[in-house]
Amino acid sequence: MEITLDQLRPGMDASVVRIDTKEVLRRRLKDFGFVPGTLVRCCYRSPRADVSAISFRGSVLALRRRDLARITGRL
Amino acid sequence: MESTQIQKYPIYLVGNPNVGKSTLFNALTGMRQHTGNWPGKTVTVAVGEAQWEGKRFEITDLPGTYSLSGFSPDEQVAAQAISECSDGCVVVVCDGTCLERTLILALQVIECCRRVVVCVNLMDEAVHRGFSIDSKALSETLGVPVVLTAAGREEGLIELLGAACSVMEQPPMENRHFPNPIAAAEEITAKCVSRTHPEEPWRLVLDKILVSRRYGVPILLAILFLVVFLTVTGANYPSQAMAWLFDWGYELLNALLETSPPWLRGLLLNGIYQTCTTVLSVMLPPMLIFFPLFTFLEDVGYLPRMAFLLDRPMCRCGGCGKQALTLCMGLGCNAVGVMGCRIIDSPRERLTAILTNAFVPCNGRFPTLILLGSIFFPGAGSALVVAACILAGVLVAMGTSGVLTKTVLRNQDSTFLMELPPLRRPRLGKILLRSVLDRVLSIALRTLKVAAPVGALLWILGDLGVLQSISDLLHPLGLILGMNGVILLAFFFALPANELLMPVIVMVLSGAGSLGDTACAADLLLQNGWSWQMAVCTMVFTLFHWPCATTLMTIRSETGSNAKTAAAAALPTAVGCILCAMLHWFFGKFCG
Repeated sequence: MEITLDQLRPGMDASVVRIDTKEVLRRRLKDFGFVPGTLVRCCYRSPRADVSAISFRGSVLALRRRDLARITGRL
Repeated sequence: MESTQIQKYPIYLVGNPNVGKSTLFNALTGMRQHTGNWPGKTVTVAVGEAQWEGKRFEITDLPGTYSLSGFSPDEQVAAQAISECSDGCVVVVCDGTCLERTLILALQVIECCRRVVVCVNLMDEAVHRGFSIDSKALSETLGVPVVLTAAGREEGLIELLGAACSVMEQPPMENRHFPNPIAAAEEITAKCVSRTHPEEPWRLVLDKILVSRRYGVPILLAILFLVVFLTVTGANYPSQAMAWLFDWGYELLNALLETSPPWLRGLLLNGIYQTCTTVLSVMLPPMLIFFPLFTFLEDVGYLPRMAFLLDRPMCRCGGCGKQALTLCMGLGCNAVGVMGCRIIDSPRERLTAILTNAFVPCNGRFPTLILLGSIFFPGAGSALVVAACILAGVLVAMGTSGVLTKTVLRNQDSTFLMELPPLRRPRLGKILLRSVLDRVLSIALRTLKVAAPVGALLWILGDLGVLQSISDLLHPLGLILGMNGVILLAFFFALPANELLMPVIVMVLSGAGSLGDTACAADLLLQNGWSWQMAVCTMVFTLFHWPCATTLMTIRSETGSNAKTAAAAALPTAVGCILCAMLHWFFGKFCG
């Protein structure tokens, strides 16, 4: 099932399918090794779920909800 | 290279941010280092020297970067240096706890450089967390030497220099290609890294508590309060000790200069010496308490979590969570806060953060606030006064950020992406503490460069007896702002450092020839007709006026623009003037 990553709740895993964010962010994510095919997990979210901590390849990144909403993943 | 000179082997350190690159650099070079701007860029690069078996190495610490195709000035400098370093060896610093991601950069560097050593740092932590790295297999796969280090414990440094040396003495290796560095990093990590034991659960549990809905924000506020409380109360004692020491030095110098003409003695001692020592004794102790505490929070990995928690409120004002961090650094020193804005990648948010940093009171302004608070609001207590002032400062900073991003800076681009490093046991070593000390001392030196001439000017004007006439001239303007001429005059003379504000006021009011002791300020202020309304306006103007000279110079060097520096001075001044005038009007109307 495909979802956007802002819907990924803490503890859930997904595989990145498509990244439709702004080019700047897409390139940044690529520098971190965050590309289609990467396995990601949501570690925890900020109190109002505006920022999620996404772990992949052994590191954890904080990303905003509005950016995650433009990234599609497969559960 | 000429045989008359000892050959220096150039080494360039490159790596992701947060992999302990600077710790490694400090451990390798010790005190033999200096920082300077990269030619043509406002990026500081540290250069240092190391020796091993009679060979000398010139080590350049390049800015942290995630890739060689980055677009921030920092990353461009790193990429440029790597592409031009045909003579030296590039040491790619990787993180042993997160090898896969940090290898991506290493593979890019191996592709474009012919003399490379891969250094896997933070190995103490990696071993502790159960990572086992097969350096031999890694070296064979990458085709370059691999050295495991723990820079914080100074482990593996000699091996690193040895590897760099042998790489430079051998002919350069063949270029290798990794068409897909991300996939290659994944493959290599799978082959070379194994786990001896799984992740300890406490990290995740603690992490969840620190950012949880219920406890996250209260813990954050408690930590901030504790840091400010320790700084304010702890700084008193060393401050007094330093003041006592400087008094003793004054007597000593006075005796030495006894035969010199009185004007020279006045200029040197009452002017320059008094001003500089007043600044130092008020400025150094809080900074030397605040910054180690802050570095401790950075070291255990709490700061990014703080930014994580505060991103939402900051986002609403057009900022981002990282701006909250720079505001907190501003509590220690606005110049450091402005420098800290480098962690913000998006240009719009970075500029907003730089322009609004001086809205939060640095600890040079705490003494003024505490003194006025204790004289005119004796019931409140110094902690409460400082807390209220910080709160006011933060609110106005956020409000101004919001207005700026919705008006003049509206069309600039913004993204937010932040790494959350794992929580760590603190490893505050002497290296780390020394770098804090270095930073504080360099700020103190910069401040003294401005304080000395201003001190001389202050003494000359005082000696000529024109201070009073200048303050009379400023008096009408002061009245509009709910203050008086003396206070405005003091604000001008406190340009080198806000620490000077109260001493100058006491000096002018008491008619003394040199900076006054603020201990007797209470009687003096009341005798000169200060009301609590005036004190409130002075405190508001203390929070919101032009930043000190050190901060302005830092803004100039960080933005590279005179216009932006002027804006950074005008913005808080305008806010302060408006607030003070409004308060004055309000007091006149409702408080008699």
